[in-house]
Amino acid sequence: MTKITVNLITGRTIQQGVSMEAGKEKEDYMKSCGIIELDAVDIAKLGIWKNSNVRVVSDFGSVVVKAIEATQGPHPGLGWIPMGPWANMVIDTNTYSTGMPTFKGTPVTIEPAEKETVLSSIDLVLNACKE
Amino acid sequence: MTQLVTDIICPFCGTLCDDIEVEVSDDGKKIIKVTNACAIGAEKFLHAQSPDRIVRPRMKQEDGSWKEVTYDEAAKYTAKILCDAKKPLMYGWSSTSCEAQATGHMIAELVGGVVDNTATVCHGPSLIAVHDVGIPSCTLGEVKNRADRVIFWGCNPAHAHPRHMSRYSIFSRGYFTTKGSKSRKIIVVDPRPTDTASVADYHIQIQQGRDYELIDALRVALQEGPLPETVAGVPKEKIYDIARLLKSGRFVTIFFGMGVTHSLGKNHNIDIAIALTADLNKYTKAAIIPMRGHYNVTGSGQVLGWQFGFPFCVDLSRGFARYNPGESSANDLLMRGEVDANFVIGSDPGSHFPFKSVKVINELPSVCIDPHMTPTVAVSKCHVPVALVGIEVGGSCYRMDNVPIESRKVVDPPAGMLTDGEFLELVLTEVQRIKGVAA
Ligand code: SF4
Repeated sequence: MTKITVNLITGRTIQQGVSMEAGKEKEDYMKSCGIIELDAVDIAKLGIWKNSNVRVVSDFGSVVVKAIEATQGPHPGLGWIPMGPWANMVIDTNTYSTGMPTFKGTPVTIEPAEKETVLSSIDLVLNACKE
Repeated sequence: MTQLVTDIICPFCGTLCDDIEVEVSDDGKKIIKVTNACAIGAEKFLHAQSPDRIVRPRMKQEDGSWKEVTYDEAAKYTAKILCDAKKPLMYGWSSTSCEAQATGHMIAELVGGVVDNTATVCHGPSLIAVHDVGIPSCTLGEVKNRADRVIFWGCNPAHAHPRHMSRYSIFSRGYFTTKGSKSRKIIVVDPRPTDTASVADYHIQIQQGRDYELIDALRVALQEGPLPETVAGVPKEKIYDIARLLKSGRFVTIFFGMGVTHSLGKNHNIDIAIALTADLNKYTKAAIIPMRGHYNVTGSGQVLGWQFGFPFCVDLSRGFARYNPGESSANDLLMRGEVDANFVIGSDPGSHFPFKSVKVINELPSVCIDPHMTPTVAVSKCHVPVALVGIEVGGSCYRMDNVPIESRKVVDPPAGMLTDGEFLELVLTEVQRIKGVAA
């Protein structure tokens, strides 16, 4: 199976803000934040259709999200998951004595995961707590 | 007949827009329409009216289901877990009023807790940098009226602070900036061509995590010193051009965000950005402002500052205030397993902390004070819904430029619902009783 490696960053999007204010337990929040924005060339390298599910894996964890084409691009080699529980499954937890985890600049690998589902924020967190 | 309530403060982001208008039903109970707010601000007002809103405190049962309890019972549970703990973490504070924060800090002092706010995952490194080197800053009013060179470094206000650009930094017309955006040159530094970059005069597509190098190069370029061919993926000609553009301005303002604080280098990236601002003051007037996120995260830093002398991660467990980011900060404490109770108010670490921390919260005695259902609520043992500050109760807040603004009440909260301040008072009374301290 094809895998690619990208540099992952997270942050706000307006859809993240609006859907979070409309209720983090709702489907809209998952649709806005349970995604990874990838460059068209990276999607091609991965050999998947746009809008299909992928598994993102780092040294710190793994998560299933939907791969979409970057809305603010191009930025080959850079992956973007809006801030939220999905991104926080894989970001670099090291704070290097500042209190601040390293939310931007985590190397991740991405592989196709068409048969896996993207979980809602609440299920994602509760299921992972059981593991 | 509906009534129009004007000059409302938006309690979402650090821009703290003060011109929102809300149409309410004549009995003052229902919000019908929100105008002037951005999409996020409007949604915040409208969600307060959601029919599925949780209106009573509840405790999680063994099987994971919730059981409704009274506010008194919830306050007793909260006081007990805080008093029983050796080192309770009291986290959040950024979406509530300064008055509620002050009450909460009295509880923290009595129980020997650690008080940390959302700066710890936001502008904590900026606060560390300010301690190290100070900060030449200004108000957003000065930016609106004077700034003719504006840099957005590692921030994307088009998405995170949607009205910042129209009210203050790009499009607004001020006393010396009568032509609005034509009065200004806008520079965006970001590894992505963001929506903010698309309305800028210059976008510098920096290599992610190379902020320190590029700022350092700009400091060299201000003096026309030698540079390598490229720095952080940016050709040296562009760096010299930007340095000359800044020097030629009458008033430079640098806004910076999570792109700088979340990347490696952290507080050092901000140290040097502040040094660049200080350097620019040799040629023209320059100021630097962090783009603060939650509407009252700045206020939390202010209140902690005047009560304990430090703006975040204040450890009161030894009976006096200690501050050591990396040691007394929320994520470090949680991931090292150093806290034995968790209290959350006005924030959602369940969504915004690394999962490793969230998993620890799930195992601790814990309470979450939040108007809505969130992943933090899901991993907490007790959930206390409260009235929304800035919508259902007033209170003071600080804008991102440290200007205090009084937020206003627009509608009544659901019947029988307490505010943050009222619930914290109940907890405080109970803590005083347990500790045998006079009120
Ligand atoms: S910019 Fe911020 S404060 Fe202003 S309306 Fe939007 S969310 Fe509210």
